[in-house]
Amino acid sequence: MEKFTAFTSRLAPLPIDNIDTDQIIPARFLKTTSKAGLGQDLFYDWRYDADGNPKPDFILNRPEGRAAQVLLAGDNFGCGSSREHAPWALLQYGFRAVISTSFADIFRGNALKNSLLPVVVSHDTHKALFAALEKDPAATVTVDLARQELTLPDGSAVQFPIDEFAKHCMLEGVDELGYILQQSDEIAAYEAKRALTVNTLA
Amino acid sequence: MQSQKVTEKPRTIIEKVWDNHIVAERPGAPTLLYIDLHLVHEVTSPQAFAGLRQRGLKVRRPDLTIGTTDHSIPTYDRSLPILDKVAGAQIAEFERNCRDFGIPFFGPHSEKQGIVHIIGPEQGLTQPGMTVVCGDSHTATHGAFGALAFGIGTSQVEHVLATQCLLQSRSKTFEVRVEGTLKPGVGAKDIILNLISRIGIGGGTGCVFEYSGSAIRSLSMEERMTICNMSIEGGARAGLVAPDDTTYQYLAGRPYAPKGADWDRALALWRRLPTDPGAQFDKRIEIDAGALEPMITFGTNPGMGIPISAPVPDPAAVSDPLERESLGKALRYMDLPSGKPLLGHPINVVFIGSCTNSRISDLRAAANILRGRKVNPKVRVMVVPGSQQVKKQAQEEGLDRIFKEAGADWREAGCSMCIAMNGDQLAPGEYSVSTSNRNFEGRQGKGGRTFLASPLTAAASAVTGVVTDVRTLL
Repeated sequence: MEKFTAFTSRLAPLPIDNIDTDQIIPARFLKTTSKAGLGQDLFYDWRYDADGNPKPDFILNRPEGRAAQVLLAGDNFGCGSSREHAPWALLQYGFRAVISTSFADIFRGNALKNSLLPVVVSHDTHKALFAALEKDPAATVTVDLARQELTLPDGSAVQFPIDEFAKHCMLEGVDELGYILQQSDEIAAYEAKRALTVNTLA
Repeated sequence: MQSQKVTEKPRTIIEKVWDNHIVAERPGAPTLLYIDLHLVHEVTSPQAFAGLRQRGLKVRRPDLTIGTTDHSIPTYDRSLPILDKVAGAQIAEFERNCRDFGIPFFGPHSEKQGIVHIIGPEQGLTQPGMTVVCGDSHTATHGAFGALAFGIGTSQVEHVLATQCLLQSRSKTFEVRVEGTLKPGVGAKDIILNLISRIGIGGGTGCVFEYSGSAIRSLSMEERMTICNMSIEGGARAGLVAPDDTTYQYLAGRPYAPKGADWDRALALWRRLPTDPGAQFDKRIEIDAGALEPMITFGTNPGMGIPISAPVPDPAAVSDPLERESLGKALRYMDLPSGKPLLGHPINVVFIGSCTNSRISDLRAAANILRGRKVNPKVRVMVVPGSQQVKKQAQEEGLDRIFKEAGADWREAGCSMCIAMNGDQLAPGEYSVSTSNRNFEGRQGKGGRTFLASPLTAAASAVTGVVTDVRTLL
């Protein structure tokens, strides 16, 4: 994984609460066995008409959406299924962060493991961001993970929370599996004292 | 040696299961948690196996892992080839992965094949006090046994395959206490749809539910599974019910359940799992079971549910602008007016199936309504058993004949129209009454519109061709 560095970007606003993973990437695109090619199917049913042509008014088909590396979405983003195809598709489209007032648990975990940053902001900040974009669709924010700081279009900055360990992994560009594998001795020790519960090979 | 009396803090079952599975706790990192059972299927695992190959890793504990195919598999005759080449390739690759890594595979022709969350319990693989994971958000189903069971993404599927462990942070605890006695025609599905309509689909975010109370105690294991299954629709990754004699009776004698002295040892451990008196939960809610009506959803998330005789809510009455817009958007997608009940609304399809409601008791409930009746000729009805074992049992009981004589389609086991990636789907604009778990836009097929309800409500609506209160047919 690449190291996650601070960046400044425009925003793609999607002012809808409870955007679920079936909208982010519909299930029929989950028959693939690779991670590649999902960006084109991101938000497919909102983004394309029945003939597969881009709907001109959908934000990802407009210039301001295409220029954005940050998605600004409504509350409880990513609810629904555990499909990691959702963050893969968002990343492949070009997003590096999603701003919302809250994220569904599984989506948040999946996003962090792929270096897609879920940025949780207060309802006031959330409203202010949508208002700023209404005034100026080219408004930008700066996302600084090291400082856990989001700089708003008016130049003010807010802090956002993030799991300390996920932050470390993203900033260093390392993944969790390597860290878990280092603890093989602890795992073996646990297995040695564990009561056997089931044997699927029996 | 005289042991010093240690006053233990009362703990919830959630904390007990968690504590029993801590492998390591290092500063600055989440807990390393051991996983007792890993269920793997064709859709969320291919990239994880590719990751193992890239790193040259093996599956650490194939003996704690099981594979089956459920999501993309067709539900037509299994002797026919899989027409969707992409789905066929995915299933074939999964079978190869299981073989290469030594994972037992319940394939398309196995009598143990079925939806992951149906076969774990029915085979006795799911047991009290376990940690259970699967690359599927409905893994909470296994919580019905007092297991801490939750859905994971593909990266974590790889972690568990390689190490049998996950890095996890402790969740908050949320008690859902359901007291009282359900009225006729009201069941487990109505309890969980009612809960989600109250707390919203983000209401349990960051939490694990414990379902408790007299109404939960009186439910069968299959009904408890229906409730735990939809925990994720309330935002909670996991939801569980403390084990009791109902649990042990269900488990005893199942193929992978402990036997003999192992059973006695296991039982002694299981009996220590229930929440201690005085244990504190971070959140609580109480539901009066006796006050519940059959529930149905009207919108595009499972929180948009109402008692079947209640009117569809009016967006104009919602104060928060984003919420108002979300409700309005849902009603536009569903093409429904607000202010009147769904009762009498015409439907095109009834789907009875999914990891929520495809067990034998669900099929029996639906068959009781359909026995001696005919499906409305305008309605296409699919009955999809959750597993080959459920299918076999239903056929032994003659339920398949009841369904077929009524004019319903009796299918092979799989996820089918719940997720609509196997060819079973709604056409654009069609309405379904579905016993599944999600009514998101396009969930059952692009442009399709889903009303979530119980097997009883689904069967009743199949007969009349419109959304129906099952109590009028009882």
